[in-house]
Amino acid sequence: MTEEIIIAGFGGQGVLSMGKILAYSGIMEDQEVSWMPSYGPEMRGGTANVTVILSDEPISSPIINRFDTAIILNQQSMDKFEDSVKPGGLLLYDGNGITRHPERKDIRVYRVDAAEEAAKMESSRIFNMIVLGGFLKVKPLVKIENVRKGIAESLPERHHGLIPLNEKAVLRGMEIVKQVFEPDSK
Amino acid sequence: MKGNEAIAEAAIRAGADAYFGYPITPQSEILEYLMAEKPHERTGMVVLQAESEIAAINMVYGGAACGRKVITSSSSPGISLKQEGLSYIAGSELPCVVVNVVRGGPGLGTIQPAQSDYFQAVKGGGHGDYRLIVLAPQSVQEMADFVDLGFELAFRYRNPVMILTDGALGQMMEKVWLQEQKPRMTIFPDWATTGKTPDRERNVITSLDLDSAEQEKFNLKLQNKYRKLEAEEVRFEHTDTEDAEYLLVAYGTSARICQKSVRLARDKGIKAGLLRPVTLFPFPKKPLKELAAKVKGILAVEMSTGQMVEDVRLAVEGKVQVEHYGRMGGIIPTPEEIVDAIGKNFLK
Amino acid sequence: MAENTGIKDVVRDENLVYKKTSVLTDKVMHYCPGCGHGTAHRLIAEVIEEMEIQSGTIGVTPVGCAVLMYNYLDIDMQEAAHGRAPAVATAIKRLMPDKYVFTYQGDGDLAAIGTAETIHACNRGENIAIFFINNGIYGMTGGQMAPTTLLGMKSSTSPYGRDVHMMGNPLKMTELVAQLPGTWYVTRQAVHTPASVRKAKKAIRQAFENQKLKKGLSLVEIVSNCNSGWKMSPVDSNKWMAENMFPFYPPGDIKLEGKLVGKE
Repeated sequence: MTEEIIIAGFGGQGVLSMGKILAYSGIMEDQEVSWMPSYGPEMRGGTANVTVILSDEPISSPIINRFDTAIILNQQSMDKFEDSVKPGGLLLYDGNGITRHPERKDIRVYRVDAAEEAAKMESSRIFNMIVLGGFLKVKPLVKIENVRKGIAESLPERHHGLIPLNEKAVLRGMEIVKQVFEPDSK
Repeated sequence: MKGNEAIAEAAIRAGADAYFGYPITPQSEILEYLMAEKPHERTGMVVLQAESEIAAINMVYGGAACGRKVITSSSSPGISLKQEGLSYIAGSELPCVVVNVVRGGPGLGTIQPAQSDYFQAVKGGGHGDYRLIVLAPQSVQEMADFVDLGFELAFRYRNPVMILTDGALGQMMEKVWLQEQKPRMTIFPDWATTGKTPDRERNVITSLDLDSAEQEKFNLKLQNKYRKLEAEEVRFEHTDTEDAEYLLVAYGTSARICQKSVRLARDKGIKAGLLRPVTLFPFPKKPLKELAAKVKGILAVEMSTGQMVEDVRLAVEGKVQVEHYGRMGGIIPTPEEIVDAIGKNFLK
Repeated sequence: MAENTGIKDVVRDENLVYKKTSVLTDKVMHYCPGCGHGTAHRLIAEVIEEMEIQSGTIGVTPVGCAVLMYNYLDIDMQEAAHGRAPAVATAIKRLMPDKYVFTYQGDGDLAAIGTAETIHACNRGENIAIFFINNGIYGMTGGQMAPTTLLGMKSSTSPYGRDVHMMGNPLKMTELVAQLPGTWYVTRQAVHTPASVRKAKKAIRQAFENQKLKKGLSLVEIVSNCNSGWKMSPVDSNKWMAENMFPFYPPGDIKLEGKLVGKE
């Protein structure tokens, strides 16, 4: 099994840390992982994206332009990455601020309205964990207890009090994610 | 762990005595990690943010001349600033490890990854006839491993070692196994300036000799050392070369991508293989020459306009067609476009 | 005197009132006759001998006339790239904090190409000594203008005299670094008369002693002559130095025990 994932959105949405938690969770499952961010000015408020690969075997190229999953968190990223999902792959997006919804009919499309949910939960910082929950519902690549370990690994110790909230957000994401389109269901 | 962090942690665990550096993207995590990690409390290692890359490399000179394990890191423009110091270090035969997390150039260029500092790294870089030992990691694991290996080679040959990596490997996270903490050295080489005791002559570290005959003799001595390196320290890896008809040659990030290209090519029925130089100096000339007799074409893949390809051509001595495929300016080639390049160059 | 009395009869232990310090080697110095470098070297060597710190001292030599200083002092030494001696010395001291570490630099090395290294080593308060020989000219390369060349002073690259509009002002590096909180002791001395030599030696000794305190950097400027570069006889050059250099670079202490002299 190899899963090649791109997570793309605005800097500050927690794109990189979400990828990091996913990668750490993979390590907890004894998988090979790679986490490859775009870096530099993008990190200062523009767009940010990160490629995460989870695999049973050693990962060759960490840099790819076709993905099994694209997790898309703003319109720019939708425009840029919708076409790079492999046929039969998954596109998961947050509808907040999306003006042009995904159009492809050869991929699975799911939506998780994490921004809205984070506002309801009164913590914008757990936005990315809601998205992660939505993703893991559709593709259960790692067990939830390993996600918890992944969160613990990537949070500095002084923030470990936030682990329960983050876990709650993951579980909430699993509940609210909804199917938009499945090629097979036609 | 990020590649840059792996280098920093590996430096502490290798028993390094000091790190001197100056921030520059995309490698600032090395200094940041070291400052946060307080290696002074862990091992007594000195970490200092210098006022410039120039000061940093000269601090490396000062520390290395005391027989200590000293490491510095920078990225391309900063490495250019360090070239004078590197020349002095090579000319004084001092051991040290220098990390270049390469970004695109020339000039201020870009902060995105590139492999356009190959010439500078393997042909000397500064003034005078000298060589660095150049190690090219392709994974976060090797970023860590090559620090300790670098120190070992640096001290064995009294020669500066460069770890030539790039922004992609520096920023990327992977699983990494770190070695146990090595103790710092307590006994120092007999040439080191540790204070002249009555039982020995004074130690002088210098690269100056105004006597032409002596200077020539010294240059020949350096060249002998480099020939010895070429005979004994060449490191390389190959993938699917046994039956390969088309050989990719790539190092670092490009080699990583080429591994995937080899698989994609074979899926298409193209018998591709990969030779990956691990040491760029000394360059694996012999295995390349041997493979040249067996394959129909060689494609050197680099994130540059074509630098290593010159050494590939020299190594194969015209036995086979050698072409170059590269991307520049921070663009990383995809596995697919490399397969296409095999087709365009050799399968017309 | 009897005809058969030779030099060997005179040079006997019982007649000696002074001898060359053992920290100076027997190598004949390459400096021009009359140059102040030889005296400055001797004073440093004598201080090392008197403090019994030969095995505890590491020196860093510059690029300039004193590049070959390591041939004359019998201690472990490193030859630094042009201007970088304070950075080199920083690393030595940080790695071997119990050693005495000094740099010996000329005006081009310290005040032109090495300005950044000088200022930052001073500002970090590195526990080292910097000996700064200021003769207002580039001696080794053949008498070019230095950052400390006086206005109106002739050199091979200011053949009509230093012109402020074209070439800028001479730089008082010593006063400049005295302003930095990292310097503990800053003084300006000379070695052109027996009295000034005695004072300079005291200052050099102070700069070594200060390293035990670990309170910051000591910088001793020695205003010196360059009779070759100035195209004068040694005697005339010393006279010219006192008349022209001292008004702009006045000898005396500038900072003592971390406090600027004459200021509270």
